[in-house]
Amino acid sequence: MSTTPKISLRGVKKRFGSKIVLDGIDLDVMPGESVVVIGGSGSGKSVLIKCILGLMTPEEGRITIDGADAIGMHGKAREKILSKFGMLFQGGALFDSLTVWQNVAFGLIEARGMDKDEARVIAIEKLARVGLGSDVAELRPDELSGGMQKRVGLARAIATEPEIIFFDEPTTGLDPIMADVINDLITECVRDLGATTITITHDMSSVRKIADRAAMLYKGKIIWQGPKDQIDNSGNAYVDQFIHGHAEGPIQMDILKS
Amino acid sequence: MNALVEFFATFGRFFIAGLAAVGDVARFTAIALSHCVRPPLYFRLIGRQMLHIGYFSLPVVGMTAIFTGAALAQQIYVGSARFNAEGTVAAVVVIAIVRELGPVLAGLMVAGRVSSAMAAEMGTMRVTEQIDALVTLSTDPYKYLIVPRLYASVLTLPLLVIVANLIGVFGGFLIATQKLGFSPTTYLQVTVDFLESVDVVSSLVKAAVFGFIIALMGSYHGYNSSGGAQGVGKATTNAVVSAFIMILLANLIITVNLFGT
Repeated sequence: MSTTPKISLRGVKKRFGSKIVLDGIDLDVMPGESVVVIGGSGSGKSVLIKCILGLMTPEEGRITIDGADAIGMHGKAREKILSKFGMLFQGGALFDSLTVWQNVAFGLIEARGMDKDEARVIAIEKLARVGLGSDVAELRPDELSGGMQKRVGLARAIATEPEIIFFDEPTTGLDPIMADVINDLITECVRDLGATTITITHDMSSVRKIADRAAMLYKGKIIWQGPKDQIDNSGNAYVDQFIHGHAEGPIQMDILKS
Repeated sequence: MNALVEFFATFGRFFIAGLAAVGDVARFTAIALSHCVRPPLYFRLIGRQMLHIGYFSLPVVGMTAIFTGAALAQQIYVGSARFNAEGTVAAVVVIAIVRELGPVLAGLMVAGRVSSAMAAEMGTMRVTEQIDALVTLSTDPYKYLIVPRLYASVLTLPLLVIVANLIGVFGGFLIATQKLGFSPTTYLQVTVDFLESVDVVSSLVKAAVFGFIIALMGSYHGYNSSGGAQGVGKATTNAVVSAFIMILLANLIITVNLFGT
């Protein structure tokens, strides 16, 4: 296995006004590794992956993708870096002006210039890969259930066979059975592609199913990281409180403070 | 003393916020324009936007123009009768419509219809992360969303204004010939005689500038919206209000420069 991390963050800091969201994040993700970042709502998980994608610019620190600096990259270089990524958004983020197959084929047609007919065939294949028949291909996203939208989002994320895939709260808003189906699909798709992944979630069943390694984000810092089978014996009171979902503990929610 | 300090502090905050907003719009405009001259251009999307902006605006622009042209002819007839100059109706109507009312009314109507729709669509895409999704699919949102709207709006508004001018003049013609007793032949002859090429050119220049403003304001406010449904609503309102004000200001500047001597 290569010793160069696929994704590397060093001292990444991001603030909004006076609120520090990321406070010196250090994280390495090795090629083919699946890292799950856990943390409470508002802990900065989404900001972390938006900084890696260049959707937000950190004030300090360094982010490298395959050893190349990713912060402040423009033009063709940025396009090249972005072509390595796929992402499943929390709300699906499907384009509501396009049909399901057009959503899945979007990256193939617009970014890679693939012929529409050829892209449609691949889109149908990817839809089948996530358990959706060709009958949904012509539907609009607003005609789909939440679970189906997640599956279409997953099909879109893997359509270009990216090297790196981000999953943003992949099971939020789904019933436990559909959540498990999505977790299984993510695991299978990632294994098939051999992709490097970062998943952000507060769903512990996702952590146990998807992760090779877990990291916990709290108050802008990664306070613990390790293999997923050590998460139950982390020896970290914050992690223990989070994974067991206890109101009492070192993590004080704003509502309790007041 | 404290009240005075507070007054100046408030004034200063507004002034700085205003400057920041102008700078933000200028930066957005510069980025959008730089993408306008660099490939790829999505011609399919430009065509679709031209249909949305132009063809679907025809009814509202046409109705506005015909009613305004007709009312204008009636008003000018009554006003000019005070000094026995009823014969000027055709000339004043065509100059007023082509130079001012055609482009301004078409611009305002399209701004109301299109800027708001652009801001709402793009704002919804922003808050539902569809714009972020575009980026992760290696597609530049400026090129995919904003450039086609700018091109389509700049190209379509002059066509709409030509239609508005023709319909507006026709509205005046209808009232003049059917109600006020003008001869159709004489009315049309006077209309053609008094219309100069500078009138038409100014009309088209204004239309193109208004088209740019409409797409720019709709895109700017939509693209930068935040805060969920309320944010999208605010972006929509801001897009229409700022487009209206900028169209009226641009109209004044162009008019003074072209006809100020």
